[in-house]
Amino acid sequence: MIRFENVSVTYDGMAEPAVHGVDFEVPEGELVLLVGPSGVGKSTVLGAVSGLVPHFTGGTLHGRVTVAGRDTRTHKPRELADVVGTVGQDPLSHFVTDTVEDELAYGMESLGLPPDVMRRRVEETLDLLGLAGLRDRPIATLSGGQRQRVAIGSVLTPHPRVLVLDEPTSALDPAAAEEVLAVLQRLVHDLGTTVLLAEHRLERVVQYADRVALLPGPGERPWLGGPSEVMAVSPVCPPVVDLGRLAGWSPLPLTVRDARRAAGPLRDRLAGGRPPAREPGPPAPAPAARRLFPRGKPAAPAPAHVAEVRSLAVRRDRVQALRHVDLTVAPGETIALMGRNGAGKSTLLSALVGLVVPSSGSVRTGDAVPHRTRPRDLVRRVGLVPQEPRDLLYADTVAAECAAADGDAGAEPGTCRALLTELLPSVADETHPRDLSEGQRLTLALAVVLTARPPLLLLDEPTRGLDYAAKARLVTILRGLAAEGHAIVMATHDVELAAELAHRVVLLAEGEVIADGPAAEVVVASPSFAPQVAKILAPQQWLTVSQVREALDR
Amino acid sequence: MASFRSRGHDSPPNRGQSCRWGGTGGRGGTPQTPGRATPPAQRQHWHRHRPPLHPGAWWLWALSLGTAATRTTNPLLLALLITVSAYVVATRRPHAPWSRSYGAFVKLALAVLLVRLAFAVLLGSPIPGTHVLVHLPEVPLPHWAQGIRLGGKVTAEALVFALYDALRLATLLICVGAANALANPSRLLKSLPGALYELGVAVVVALTFAPHLIADVQRLRAARRLRGRHDSGVRGLLQVGLPVLEGALERSVALAAAMDARGYGRTAAVPPAVRRATAALTLGGLLGVCAGTYGLLTAEGGAYGLPVLLAGVAAALGGLRLGGRRTLRTRYRPDPWGARAWLVTASGVAVAALLTLAASRDPAALHPGVVPLVAPALPLWPAAAVLIGLLPALVTPAPEPTDPRKEPTT
Repeated sequence: MIRFENVSVTYDGMAEPAVHGVDFEVPEGELVLLVGPSGVGKSTVLGAVSGLVPHFTGGTLHGRVTVAGRDTRTHKPRELADVVGTVGQDPLSHFVTDTVEDELAYGMESLGLPPDVMRRRVEETLDLLGLAGLRDRPIATLSGGQRQRVAIGSVLTPHPRVLVLDEPTSALDPAAAEEVLAVLQRLVHDLGTTVLLAEHRLERVVQYADRVALLPGPGERPWLGGPSEVMAVSPVCPPVVDLGRLAGWSPLPLTVRDARRAAGPLRDRLAGGRPPAREPGPPAPAPAARRLFPRGKPAAPAPAHVAEVRSLAVRRDRVQALRHVDLTVAPGETIALMGRNGAGKSTLLSALVGLVVPSSGSVRTGDAVPHRTRPRDLVRRVGLVPQEPRDLLYADTVAAECAAADGDAGAEPGTCRALLTELLPSVADETHPRDLSEGQRLTLALAVVLTARPPLLLLDEPTRGLDYAAKARLVTILRGLAAEGHAIVMATHDVELAAELAHRVVLLAEGEVIADGPAAEVVVASPSFAPQVAKILAPQQWLTVSQVREALDR
Repeated sequence: MASFRSRGHDSPPNRGQSCRWGGTGGRGGTPQTPGRATPPAQRQHWHRHRPPLHPGAWWLWALSLGTAATRTTNPLLLALLITVSAYVVATRRPHAPWSRSYGAFVKLALAVLLVRLAFAVLLGSPIPGTHVLVHLPEVPLPHWAQGIRLGGKVTAEALVFALYDALRLATLLICVGAANALANPSRLLKSLPGALYELGVAVVVALTFAPHLIADVQRLRAARRLRGRHDSGVRGLLQVGLPVLEGALERSVALAAAMDARGYGRTAAVPPAVRRATAALTLGGLLGVCAGTYGLLTAEGGAYGLPVLLAGVAAALGGLRLGGRRTLRTRYRPDPWGARAWLVTASGVAVAALLTLAASRDPAALHPGVVPLVAPALPLWPAAAVLIGLLPALVTPAPEPTDPRKEPTT
């Protein structure tokens, strides 16, 4: 169905090809998963299928890509629109119209299908994707999972034979991701659609793949194989595979179910041990000899809490975003805020930095009321890295950004750059922040925020768009900060991240706190928020592969 | 519809999902009781049993009311016109982002009113008047500014005249606002002829971009606060300008890619003869329109003006129609122009026609005098005619109530 014949793509102005020697075939009706670290050209491979590479992006494509027998050299993207449906990373930038029903019809209108066919297919697609209740809704009011399903539906209505998806579940909470994947599963099984998708969150998708194409590194040849054989050697792999490799299971399990069936002996070996209880870091930063973030100020009598929220309620645009939320954050503590999209996680973080004004209740960070404090003073008490770290960055170069950060925070010149060098040694001063990878940009934003040395650090969806390596680096950095006595509150959908880092997990639903307790207890008790390792080794409370590894080494 | 009804494949997991989302979707104020389970087809039917009115009808109705407003300066009639349009907006405005524009138009109309009054006070007015309200100090102006007066006496007559005049303009603005609030702009653009389709898409995309831009500005100003800078003031706004434009540019490139991949701009093969005919008709038609208009406006060309104009319009329309052959595009569920649309349009046109008639029959009642100052009276028949404009509030479907609870917070 899709055939790559020795394809390499070189973008204009680049010396090296973005991808090289791509040579594989995707047969009809298969779901093929494209995996690899960030920046190896996954999006380029996907774009080549729809013809957007090179017709839209520019650059030179050597070799040949044929889709359903059509050569993309001679067919422009619009002439492939009836056989290939493409959904990009951000569904919002995919929408042309403003309501769900019109959006589903848009592609068919462009293709000139007769009105009765359009009507029938719109109804069918609404049912297939469970969107019937949303048909008249403006797209702007939909949640992330709903938007993603509408985006998929909008390319399904012309009945394409190939569906190309770039990170369809990265921005979604676990339940919404399940919904989208169930839809894909249904398309592959019932309609015989060929699906090619790229995804960082392998723990969510790898079990659905018929085959996996691995791009091991930039410019290296991709390798296509069965999921378990590729996963056995892949540099990126989900926790279930990592655990399987650690325990030496063969064949390598890809699903929690298979792993559980193989895990009996491992559970026995681990039966005596207990995961080390996670204690929050030292309450006040100790003046140690070498510290990641040296502080000039002598340790004042630290307040018991760096943040305190009492029966907070927030209304935004007639929506009750939060109600009766109580939360205290102790120094050195890491808290994961979890819950589905729209549960109020971001609003709670915004309230902690004074971006939203509480309609009742109180918020205090340290000794300040955030929304009544001047921004200059507030940055010394609390720092937030927003969902899109790029929002924080204005300057043209990394050096200018760091200098501006020193100015904003009133810190000594060079503070930010020193922090950045410690977190991310390889970044040159002249780089434009836009040219950094997602992980590097996040780290830069983190350094900018830390320049003012806030005792409370807030992170909104920090792992969105990060591959496993970048995530591991982030975990190391955040662990270091917590050990320094920084309190960290992060809103995240990434259960594995929460399992790695959090001392406490706070679950939000409909603006209320529905669970608040030690990470192990809260996540293990919830089927959708439990990490894979916990599911495999339940009832034992192991959360991460590294815990298991340490226990086995002892 | 028949084929759809026979389909009936609503598998159990799917139904569960649609129920779940339907519950938060908040269409219809009447929750379906489980005991009264309707089959899927019928349930769909229930969703849209009364299709929304054709947006063109709303525009014609509102513009007709505006036309009626230009026929009179009677403040009572103008107030009645505003009330009529406001009542229809209040009862028939859908819960959609675009319908919030009505408030903006009302504010604009108020501003127009105030500015006009302020000018009348400051610059004086040619209206002779005897009821002097206040004497402002007059600023002496050099001789080249003759005819302009700054300050001086302010008469009640001048103020009332300015008020009547401004009220007329304000009414017109409010009527346009009513059309904006009642008719979905993108659905109106969907009704454009095929040859203008690409233009329509451009406008629709621009319309959906505006809210994104506003959201971007808000997000980036929040980010400024996070950096410890002040988020208010003009400087703050200017500094986020560049990132906002950058974001908008990136988004438009992404959207262009998505549209290309979805088949935007596919064209049908058209024989060269048709293409040439299209160009000739369109160009010739536009030239004809220009010449005809010129002829109509000049004194000499009264004889040939109208026929040339009509011929030009016909040729241009023909060109558009032929040009439509190049686009493959079909239309999904176009808004039907039904009996209701006729009624709504007719009610507006009737108001305009009757007021025009009244203005020529009884100019005194529709243009109450200001010199000498008299209290305006409400002329009975024109007032009754204005009330015809309320018809849409009776014949059009009520907007569906929405549940404002479930909205994403981001």
